[in-house]
This record gives sequence, structure tokens and C-alpha cells, in this order.
Amino acid sequence: MPAMAQKRVVAIVVLLIGAAVGWFVYHSEVTASWPFKLGLDLSGGTQLVYRADLNAIQSSDVAESMSALRDTIERRVNMFGVSEPIVQTETASALSGTSEQRLIVELPGVTDTQKAIALIGETPVLEFRLLKSANPPAAFSTTTVNQDFEPAAITGKDLASSELQFQGSASISEPVVVLHFTSQGAKIFADLTKNNVGRYFGIFLDGQPISIPVIRESIPDGTAVISGGFTATGAKELARNLNYGALPVPIELISTQTVSGTLGDKAVRDGIMAGLWGIGAVALFMLLWYRLPGLLATIALTLYIVVMLALFKFIPVTLTAAGIAAFILSVGMAVDANVLIFERIKEELRGGKSTGDAISDGFSRAWPSIRDSNISSMITAVILFWLGTSLIKGFALVFGLGVLVSMLTAITVSRTFLFALGVDAKYGFTRWLFSSGISRT
Amino acid sequence: MFIIKHRNAFFALTGALVLASLISVAAFGLHLGIDFTGGTLVEVSYDLPAPGTGGQAGGVRPDPVALTNTLSDAGFKDFSLRETGANGYTLRAQSIGDTQRGELAAVFSYQGGTAHVDQLTEIGPTIGTELRNKALLALGLVLLCILLFIAFAFRKVSKPISSWVYGLIALVTLVHDIIIPVGFFALLRYLTGAQVDTLFVTAVLTVLGFSIHDTIVVFDRTRENLRINHDKNRKEDFAETAGHSLNQTFVRSINTSLTVLFTLLVLYFIGPASTKVFALTLLVGITAGTYSSIFLATPLLVWVEKRRNRAKK
Repeated sequence: MPAMAQKRVVAIVVLLIGAAVGWFVYHSEVTASWPFKLGLDLSGGTQLVYRADLNAIQSSDVAESMSALRDTIERRVNMFGVSEPIVQTETASALSGTSEQRLIVELPGVTDTQKAIALIGETPVLEFRLLKSANPPAAFSTTTVNQDFEPAAITGKDLASSELQFQGSASISEPVVVLHFTSQGAKIFADLTKNNVGRYFGIFLDGQPISIPVIRESIPDGTAVISGGFTATGAKELARNLNYGALPVPIELISTQTVSGTLGDKAVRDGIMAGLWGIGAVALFMLLWYRLPGLLATIALTLYIVVMLALFKFIPVTLTAAGIAAFILSVGMAVDANVLIFERIKEELRGGKSTGDAISDGFSRAWPSIRDSNISSMITAVILFWLGTSLIKGFALVFGLGVLVSMLTAITVSRTFLFALGVDAKYGFTRWLFSSGISRT
Repeated sequence: MFIIKHRNAFFALTGALVLASLISVAAFGLHLGIDFTGGTLVEVSYDLPAPGTGGQAGGVRPDPVALTNTLSDAGFKDFSLRETGANGYTLRAQSIGDTQRGELAAVFSYQGGTAHVDQLTEIGPTIGTELRNKALLALGLVLLCILLFIAFAFRKVSKPISSWVYGLIALVTLVHDIIIPVGFFALLRYLTGAQVDTLFVTAVLTVLGFSIHDTIVVFDRTRENLRINHDKNRKEDFAETAGHSLNQTFVRSINTSLTVLFTLLVLYFIGPASTKVFALTLLVGITAGTYSSIFLATPLLVWVEKRRNRAKK
């Protein structure tokens, strides 16, 4: 196959691939088979950030407790029918000045902050602690709990199930809640009770000591009894709540963010409009100023856009308002490489070269500049992504992705097309097509 | 070359702009947003009244003075209230408690006007501290990386000006590119109550990455032309070579910035509300960055060369 025909086949293949990707983006969105992932600020919803209080936990248990915490909250959120919630744990970086374990709960569609907080807040917190001194103090206060008690090896995550039972003789029977530990928990509990006979063992519910029995002997069967002067209904409710899952550690709300659905919808509409107008403005400018190469740059830009949109779906990238801003900004920057190349081509033309030579020299001479410009933008994107909050991460990811993809499309795609055209003229209309702006040559 | 010839006029203009920015910061000050200080941000909007019920013509939100009193009574502390859009309020306050959060919509509602909480953000003090430290670290890291980048880009020694001078001037333009948007933001704070938040920091960092490259492209061309002159044994005044190089890169600088400015203008005027200030900051920053790489960097280079020459004589 002659070289020119080969170049044209490649160009057509590139166009077809672009069209296929574009069709995928359109089709998957219309049929909702693979929709864009929208962040809470666009879909509407609530994000809650909790700090986990790990005072009552031995440091070796931290990771496991946090994952138990996440699972419990996730179960609870799912139970209330919130669609696609995200529950994740996060270790606060050293930059906050404290070492903190955090739990982040995202509830799309829940736009009443107070209700969301209540939903999480009803989860019981079950903790076990050993009293440090031999005799219990006369009164407990929440402020001295951490001084009076030390963490016990067993935690709320070792709980398997719980049930309501009645203890005592028939006439004065008292409702109690019996805790059944997991097999692993039973082992821990057996060791704990064996090694601490005679000490006081505190069972805490939501931070309050519910019952503080003395350990009389080793308990090998993995059950513990909470008898805290419950009413029958109170005990029943507690047993039920514990069965849904108990938090191994208390959590404290430290940050909330709620965006209403209407505001989110408007942001999406505005974002789409801004995107369309932005693309239109850039395309028009490129066409008017750079003529034929400008048209090719516009095709490359279109390919850039469909590839980016497909990547958003594939990776998937959670789109936020900041991410959309980054995408629109990146459309403006994506043609940067084309501008560099075309300006260089124009210079080579002025130097008296034929269009064919000018094109190949223009590409090779513009390359160092394109590389450097992308390096400095990538530096910013990587640092922002590495350090940023979820808001900034959304911006940095789209921005960085845009820099990489645009380098690919602006250089390889427009190069393929320019060569596929196969023009090589020294004078006349063709040369005019390759000139630009207000210049005559 | 026009710009080189009239460089003193451009130095004066640049100086005036920088001075105006510094005065703006001193006079209006910058205000850290709740991202960095911790606190509460509430955005509410009001239903338009049904036609014929006698709602006020200029909008239906309650009187700010009355609302301020209601908020004080409800236990909000250290708050500031600002009208947003035609039909809403933005409240910035210290951390709020469960009760206040629960009755948020009720507190803002008044006779005949139902308030909707469009957005509620609460940030705890530890998160605020963390974000502040992260922002400072990010700023430091980006500056450091750009310094390394400059050092790398100008590693080749060249005549008649040693390469560290190029690097130093690139840094000066960078300082200019930070001062201008910061000064503008202080003005914006005075006009609209805009606060320095994580998005502002992101905007400044993005501008730095964009504009440093612009400057490097111009300088690269100057050095390329100097090399060509040297190879061809051509004698040319440095100012002339610099002006010539500026001419060659001028259109490129303007055009790459123009396409970005188009998209930013669109983003500012019709984009999502939450990124309007961000787009505006970028707009000012990228304009300043393009200006400095054309009208400040090369003229400074010529100025340094002239001084050096004079010192020799």
C-alpha cells in the first residue's frame, strides 16, 4: 500500500474509533446503563464526617474496629433504603495536628441533615472496659471514665448476636440482654475473664456504664449478660438494635455537608451549558484563526471530549462542580498544543518551506514546548490530587487526566489528519488555508 | 519591538497594578473561609409568593435586620448574613448545635415566606486546621517543584546573560502572578464577601503552573535566537534579539491564553454557581500570568542586560 493511502486509512480508523467512543458515551447515558457518577454537590445529598473515639480500644485493635465501625454503619444505612451510600474510613493526616480515625458517610438523596444525623446516631455503641482500681468509685462521670477504666481486649466488634431473656425467680424476674460473642470473641473473652478474676468489668452503652459486674470465674462459652434495670421494652429494643450491629467505639460528628437536590440539578444544567458554549467558543476561534488546521484541531478537540467523557464513565470519576470546571478549563488548554504546532508551522512557511516540510518541521520543533507546558501543569495536578480534599481531588483528577489525554489527541490525532490530507503546496489557495490570523503569507 | 522600546511604560504599569493589589489587600484584607477556620455556612432561598398575595416587588426575602435579630435569639454566634442572588441569604456562623441545625429552615422562614436550606456545610476545627496546613503545604510544594523546574529548564549556560538571571526573572513574574489575583480577591471580598477557601488556593496553584510555562517558552526562544546568532556569527543588539523572540512567541502566548479565557468566561457567566468565584480568580490570574510573560519577563531581561553593559563601560 502506498504511504499516503496508509496514512489516510489510519486517519479514517481514528475517526471511526472516535465515533464509536462517542456512540458509547451517548448510548450508555441515554439508556442509563453506565451513567456518569455524580458527586453529592451535583446529585444532592449529605456527607457526614465522624471522628472515632479510640480511647477505649487497644492500639492493635484500631484497624479492625474501624472496619467493624464501617460495616455496622453501612448495614444501618442500607437498612434505611438509602441508594448507593458510600461509607469509608480515613486516617487523618499528620497535618491536622492530631492522629484521628475518621468515618465518612455519604448519603445521596438525603437532604435533611438532621434526619441523616439521627439515622446514624441511633446506632448503639457497645464498649467493654476493665476498672483500674479494685473497688468501683461511688459515682461515674463521663469525664473520668477514661481515667477509671482501661481498655479490655474484647470490643463491640466481637459481638455476634444478642437476645432478650428474663432472669431471677418468676415473681421478680428481671429483663436482661444476653450478648453472644463470635467464636473468636468467645476465645478472647475466655482469656480475659480467666486473667482478670476479681476485677470489675464495665459494659458501656453509648458511653454510659450499663452494668459493672465482678468477674467471678473464667467464662468459656462466649456470653455476657447486661442487667441494667431494663424495662421489658427497653431491653427488647436494645437487643434488636445490637443485632443490627453495635459500634465498637463512640463516634463524634465533626463535619457535615448538605446540598439540596434542586441546587445540584441546577449545577448540572449550568455545567452542561457552560461546557457546550465553552467548546463552541474554542472551536469557532480555532476555525476562524487557523482555517484548515483549525478544523483539524476542532476534530481533535471533539475526540478529546468523547475520550474524556468515556474515561469519566470507565474509571469511574466522581464528577463534582469543581471537576466540571476543570473539564471546561481543560478544553481551553487542550488546543494549546495545536496552537504551538500551528504557530510553528506558520513560521516555517514564512521561512519559504513547502507546506509538507513546514508541517513535519513544525511538529518536531513545537514538541519541547508542548512537553514542558504539560509538565508544569501535571506538577500542579499531582500535588493538588495528593494533598487535596475530595473537592480538590475532583478538580485535580480531571485536570491531570485532561492534560494527558489532550497531549495525545492534540499531537497524534491532528498529526495523523494533517499528514493524511497530503497537501504539499508552495502557493495559492492551499497555502492560504494553512496560514492564519490576519497575516497574508 | 514596541514592548521592548516602551518597556519603562510597562514597568510603570506593572508597578501600578502590583501596588494597587497590595493596597487592596491592606485596605480590604483577606478573610479565611470556613474551610480553614471551621464553622458553618448556610445557603437558603425563599419561595416566590403566589401572584396576587401582595409579596414585595423587589423579592420576598425577609428584612436582614429582622432576620439578624431572629438568628441572635436562636443562639447563632459570630455570624454574618449576606444577601445572595435575588432571593436568598448566605449565613456564615460558628459551629452550630443540634437544636439550631434542627430548626434551621424554621428560623429563616417568616410570615408568608418559606425558606429552603439549599446548602449546609459544617466544618469542625480539626478539619479546618488540617485543610489550612494542607493548603500551605501544597503551595510550598508547587513553588518548590516550579523552582526545580526552572532550574532544570535553564540549566544550560548561555551568553550574554547567565542562566540564573532567567530563572530569577521567571520567579519575579511568578510573584507578580500571585500578587495580582490575591489583590483582586481582597477587592472581591470587599464587594461580595468572597472568602479564601480551598478552591481559591487551587486557582492560584493552577495559575502558577500555567504562567510559568508561558514565561519559559518566551525565554527559550530568546536563547534559541542567541544561539543561532552565535552560530552564524551575526552581531545583533541583545534588545533586538529579545524583541524579535518576543514577536515570534507573542501570538502563541495570546492565543493559548485566549482559548482558556473563553472557557473561563463561559464558566463564570453561565457555569455552576459554586465555581463562579473560582472561574473569576482563574480569569484574573491567567490574564496576569499572560501579561507578565509578555510585558514583564523579556523587558526585565533587556533591562538587566543594559545595566550590565553600562557597568562594564
